[in-house]
Amino acid sequence: MIELSGVTKAFGPKQVLRGVDLTIASGSSMVIIGGSGTGKSVLLKCILGLITPDGGTIALDGQDVRKAERDDFLARFGMLFQGGALFDSLRVWENVAFRLMRGHQKRPKAEAREIAIEKLRRVGLGPDVAELFPAELSGGMQKRVSLARAIAASPEIIFFDEPTTGLDPIMSGVINELIREIVVEMGATAMTITHDMSSVRAIADNVAMLHEGVIKWTGPVAEMDATDDPYVQQFIHGRAEGPISAVR
Amino acid sequence: MSPALMLRAIGRPALESLASIGRVALFAVQIVSHLFRPPFYYREFLVQVMQIGWFSLPVVGLTALFTGGALALQIYSGGARFNAESVVPSIVAIGMVRELGPVLGGLMVAARVASSIAAELGTMKVTEQIDALVTLSTNPLKYLAVPRVLAATLAVPVLVGVGDAIGIMGGWLVGITRLDFNSATYLKNTIDFLEAWDVGSGLVKGAAFGFIVALMGCYHGMNSGRGAQGVGKATKSAVVAASVLILAANYILTEVFFTS
Repeated sequence: MIELSGVTKAFGPKQVLRGVDLTIASGSSMVIIGGSGTGKSVLLKCILGLITPDGGTIALDGQDVRKAERDDFLARFGMLFQGGALFDSLRVWENVAFRLMRGHQKRPKAEAREIAIEKLRRVGLGPDVAELFPAELSGGMQKRVSLARAIAASPEIIFFDEPTTGLDPIMSGVINELIREIVVEMGATAMTITHDMSSVRAIADNVAMLHEGVIKWTGPVAEMDATDDPYVQQFIHGRAEGPISAVR
Repeated sequence: MSPALMLRAIGRPALESLASIGRVALFAVQIVSHLFRPPFYYREFLVQVMQIGWFSLPVVGLTALFTGGALALQIYSGGARFNAESVVPSIVAIGMVRELGPVLGGLMVAARVASSIAAELGTMKVTEQIDALVTLSTNPLKYLAVPRVLAATLAVPVLVGVGDAIGIMGGWLVGITRLDFNSATYLKNTIDFLEAWDVGSGLVKGAAFGFIVALMGCYHGMNSGRGAQGVGKATKSAVVAASVLILAANYILTEVFFTS
């Protein structure tokens, strides 16, 4: 279980997170929605320790993440970055097997390659893709490779940062479906950041709406459409009028 | 302007400069400390030796060749004023190995390598590849910066050594084709007046300049701002800082090596 309590973060005079309280149950899929620049990615990076929060606590299974042994802590996570963040200088299979060839989870190269090819197959890519470089792939294929890398070491928790940004609706649907299948199959805890309401409906068990640095609403995805929260209603229906200012 | 305003105008940039020096120094200390602690990324190190050493050879070699030739012409025409044309071989050799070989080699490597490292790491930063490394339990400093700094520190002295030889050859070529020197006499004068420390000091300078080049490339790349403009600024800053530091370090090392 991931528990955030009163998490704050400012960049200079700009207060991005103003006290985020959120609980993500083990094995559940939480989707964070909210407008651009509301701090969704900052929140995710605070959990991973890529950004240090100014205040509040973040606990994983009851333990403060700042006190956890860093390598052991990160070994429990997989992450799909918004732009894929594949390493340009490495072949596709080396990207997927990156964690499997270094550190505590290191294994022989041939075995790591075999696992990478199996994970590529799981995301719908053939073994011929394994020897290519990321620059030789389309945007959708890069997202799939990044997804394969995120799940390569079978992590307990997977973060997805804008998984469908920049993809056409069909490819978005494919990625959403893959994420849902993989999360269910692995029994992983998932946290996804997105603006894409089709992703929310496909991936989420629970939804949280982040606005002006705090969680405005959280609940099961089935209750999202019925809620009378004006922020959620404006966001999910994409209305220009409402409590969320169009110019932020 | 009131004294308070003037003090503020001077004080703020001074404090920012000192803070920058402190950050670079801390970065350098971290890199050096990681040189001796596992894990070691041998493959990345070898890739960087090729990138920094082998692929810089043409530019360093051509620079040395033309510099050696021009130096021979300059010393000959200058030496003719007091009948000292015969010093051309020894001055070309000493000038190349002590000063021009390491400094020009260092500056050419700064232009080629500091820019490339800063642009590569800067792009990795803005495309979240450095964050991805962290999430994959890999220390970016150790994986990206340490192999580059170590490779440059070891490869640039070799480049300087090769550049010295090519520069002397440039002087010899001009000497025998344009200045009517006898080939054997030119080579004998070159060897007779050259001491081991002349060469050694140049190689030590090369190592220092290699360290500076890679350090500046890595520091500015890993601290790059956002977007294309941020990467462009990081690249420019890396080349400028590396070039200025090479010239400053050259003066300090020359003081240490040759004035005591």
